[in-house]
Amino acid sequence: MKPPAFTYCDPDSVDEAVALKNEYGIDSLVLAGGQSLLPMLNIRLARPEALIDINRISDLQKIERWSDVLEIGAGVRQYQLEDHPLVQELVPLLPQAVKFIGHIENRHRGTVGGSIAHADSAAELPCTAVALDATLVVRGPSGSRTIAARDFFQGWMTTALEPEEVLVAVRYPVMPWTAGHGFVEVARREGDFALAGAAAVVNLGEDGRIASLAVSAASISDTPVRATAVEQALAGELPTKENIARAAKEIVPSVTSGDDMHATRAYRQHLATVVVQRAITAAVARAHERSNAQ
Amino acid sequence: MTTSTGSKYGTGQRTVTVRVNGRDVTREVSTRTTLADFLRDDLDLVSVHLGCEHGVCGCCTILLDGHSVRSCLMLAVQADGHAVETVESLSGNPAELHPIQESFAEEQGLQCGFCTPAMVLRTKEIIETGRELTDAEVRHEISGILCRCTGYQNIVNAVQSASAKLRCGAAGAGCGAAATDDSTGGRH
Ligand code: FES
Ligand code: FES
Repeated sequence: MKPPAFTYCDPDSVDEAVALKNEYGIDSLVLAGGQSLLPMLNIRLARPEALIDINRISDLQKIERWSDVLEIGAGVRQYQLEDHPLVQELVPLLPQAVKFIGHIENRHRGTVGGSIAHADSAAELPCTAVALDATLVVRGPSGSRTIAARDFFQGWMTTALEPEEVLVAVRYPVMPWTAGHGFVEVARREGDFALAGAAAVVNLGEDGRIASLAVSAASISDTPVRATAVEQALAGELPTKENIARAAKEIVPSVTSGDDMHATRAYRQHLATVVVQRAITAAVARAHERSNAQ
Repeated sequence: MTTSTGSKYGTGQRTVTVRVNGRDVTREVSTRTTLADFLRDDLDLVSVHLGCEHGVCGCCTILLDGHSVRSCLMLAVQADGHAVETVESLSGNPAELHPIQESFAEEQGLQCGFCTPAMVLRTKEIIETGRELTDAEVRHEISGILCRCTGYQNIVNAVQSASAKLRCGAAGAGCGAAATDDSTGGRH
C-alpha cells in the first residue's frame, strides 16, 4: 500500500510541465489533486516512471471572465467553485454539481482539470462540461489547442489528450441569467460514486415553451452522455410534468453500462430516466423563478 | 519547448519544511512517501490513523492550511511550505482537554477511537465556519469519515455540544447551560 518509486517533478510553469510531458510521454502522469491518482499509486494500479505535479503552477489556479466565457484553470480546487461569486453568477450549474463530488475532504484537494482529465463517466465535472458545451484548453509542445467537451471524452477513462499534452483550463460559456439549471444524482451513500446522475440547462421562450435545452447524464455509459434524444423530444414543447416524463424515457437507449455489483442494467435505465426527469424539472422551476424575478 | 528538464528531478530524497502544529519542521523525505506516513513514521504523530490508504475511510484526515484533507492521498513533498494540523495540536495533556475533545468524551462520541482524531479535526473545521447546523447537516458534514463503532449519533451530539460551547465562548456572556468558564474558543 505504498506508491512505487517514480521521478517526482514539480514544475512551476505550464511550459515546463509540457516539456516534461514531452520528455516522458506515456510513461508519465500528471498529479493534480491526487484524489484518484494517489489511490491508484498506493494500490500500485499505476506505476508511472515520472509524476508531474502541477500543484505549484499558479497560472493554473485562476478563475477569469472573458466576455461571454468563464475560464477556470485546471488547478482550481473543486471546493473553490462552491461559493466563488463569479462562478455562482455566471455558471450556477457548477457550484450545484460540485457539491456531489465525493466528500469535502476530497473537494479540498481535488481539482477541476484533474476530474475532467481523469474522465470517469460517473464524475460530475465531465458530465456538466458536456451539458454546458464547455471547451477544454490543452497545451502541447507545439502550442495550445481547444477541444469541445463533447469530443474530449472518447471512452472509458480515455480522452482526446495526447501523451505530451497538459490540460490547462476549461472555458464555460456564461449561462444567460434567465436560464434554469438542475443537477441530480442518485448514490447508495452520501459521497459515493453516482449510480446515475444528470445535468440540465433550460431556456424558456416568452410563450413558456422550451426554447433550448441541454441535458447530459453521468454513470450510464463509458463516457458522460449528451442526451440529444431527450432534448429533441422537448424542443418547442411546454415543460409540463407529462412532457418531461415522456421525454426523459428517451435516455434509456443511451444506457450502455451493464450489470455490475452496483446495479443491474434495468435498474440503471430506470434511474437514468428518473434523474433526467428530476434535473429537467428542477431546471424548469429555476427558469420560472428567474423570469418571475425579472 | 523541447529542452530536457527531467535531469533536475529525481526519484530520491527531498528536503521539506512543513509547519506542523505551529512549528516549522525540516526533514529529508523520500518523494514517494505519503504525507500520512511522514506524519506517523517520521514525526511520531500517530493520531493520524491509516484505515484504507486509498481515500475511502477518512481516518487519516488532517488540516492542511486549515482545510480537511486525506493525508494518505498526498505526498509528503507536496506539504512543503504548507501548514499541517493534527489532533495533537489541540491538547497534549489528557488532564486538560480541548473543548471539542471534552465533548467527545462527555457525549461518548467514540468507542474504539480509530476515527476520533479525524472526527475531532473535522469538528474543529465545521465549528470554525461559525454556522449553526442541524443534526442532519452535521451528519452530512462528517460523512467523509467512516466510524465502525458509534452509529454516529453520539458523534453528532458531540459536535453539537462542542459547537455550543465554543460559540458561547466566542460570544461571551448570555449562553445557555452548555457554557462553562473555560470554553473560550479553544487554543489554536
Ligand atoms: S487511510 Fe486515508 S482515507 Fe483511509
Ligand atoms: S469509534 Fe471506532 S471507528 Fe469510530
